[in-house]
Amino acid sequence: MTIDWSWIGDHTDDLTTLTISHLQAALTAVFLGVLISLPLAVIAHRIRPLRGFLLGLSNVLFTIPSIAIFVLLLPVSGLTRTTTVIGLTIYTLVVLLRNTVEGLDSVPVKVKEAAKAMGTRPLRTLLTVEFPLALPVIMAGVRIATVMSISLVSVATYIGDGGLGQLFTDGFQRNFPTPVIVGVVLTLLLAVVADAALVALQYVLTPWRRRRA
Amino acid sequence: MYELFSNLGAWLVSGEQWSGPDGIGHRLAEHLQYSLVATLIAAAIGLPLGLLIGHTGKGAFLAINLASFGRALPTVGLVVLVFLAGGLSMLPVYVALVALAVPAIVTNTYAGMTAVDPDVKDAARGQGMRGHQVLFQVELPLALPLIMTGLRLALIQVVATATIAAYVSFGGLGRYVFDGLAQRDLVQVLGGAVLVAVVAVALDLALSGLQRILFRHRTA
Repeated sequence: MTIDWSWIGDHTDDLTTLTISHLQAALTAVFLGVLISLPLAVIAHRIRPLRGFLLGLSNVLFTIPSIAIFVLLLPVSGLTRTTTVIGLTIYTLVVLLRNTVEGLDSVPVKVKEAAKAMGTRPLRTLLTVEFPLALPVIMAGVRIATVMSISLVSVATYIGDGGLGQLFTDGFQRNFPTPVIVGVVLTLLLAVVADAALVALQYVLTPWRRRRA
Repeated sequence: MYELFSNLGAWLVSGEQWSGPDGIGHRLAEHLQYSLVATLIAAAIGLPLGLLIGHTGKGAFLAINLASFGRALPTVGLVVLVFLAGGLSMLPVYVALVALAVPAIVTNTYAGMTAVDPDVKDAARGQGMRGHQVLFQVELPLALPLIMTGLRLALIQVVATATIAAYVSFGGLGRYVFDGLAQRDLVQVLGGAVLVAVVAVALDLALSGLQRILFRHRTA
């Protein structure tokens, strides 16, 4: 199996477009996943009976093969980017919800009691005490969800989207390995870069952890 | 929507759908076979690796990053790549499924090993136990619950992903998903997806039940 380097040179524009489209789909899904999972995690954290239900439901969603999720969404949103993003968002929810609930659980009760004793209102406690303290665990979830999404975007190639995944179908249909290798390498690179960016973001967001480290 | 679901119900329970080489019974057996073989191969690779890293403490960096790498690797790309390199055989499917399962097994085995109380290991060594005795008689039994969790996670992921065997013209429950896609037959796609999800959830419940029975005397 040899790489046709001239193909890469001839297709840099296409590769750039696909890479941007790939990253866009993955990041939109993670962003929506965070927006949805934060309130759900607060509910799961506060109301015990709902906790098992929400976590169990997200686990079941996770076992459905990704290709099936994309196809099942076709009657709803058709062969569009929306289908890709909804499918990916469903997947990110599993990781994001579990980590956010675990993060909220990890906040020491004494800290919450101290906030209450100082007269801090529940919503303010949540936003200024609980979320910041839960942030490392939440961010660990965001990192996993991001890397996973970047890898899963390519499955949407079966419904005509898929960013870099289109290189896989292209290579498969023409029996030509170069696009496939390029697609795999670019996907891995995107994952590494995005993960490093999130590590940097967490460093910026949690200044109080630096002194200890 | 209602019609779709009633058609799906009819599809799932009809006698003819369950029999023959394209029947659910046969496809289910194929799917389980792919999943179990891939998970066993992955366990044969991942368990010794995880135990070694956990026991010696060397290569922890590898164990942690392997999980990340496993998640980042696009399965579709991997299957197509091995397919183009090796031709039409089950090899691409097994390579992709094993690559998916190994990281989960290694990282959980490693996590189980590091969770063993160092005092317990010191005590074992203090009693004159040798390295391999500490590993097999102390560390391994204590790490077993987490190791089993890793195997369970790996199997569930493999079951959901074994759908891909049908993409390179093999069997399994993915047959319904890809044939349905090609024939624009949503009921068939839906049926395949539901079956895979049911198998995955059932296996998960069965294995976590087994874990609870095996380790019921453990506190953690």
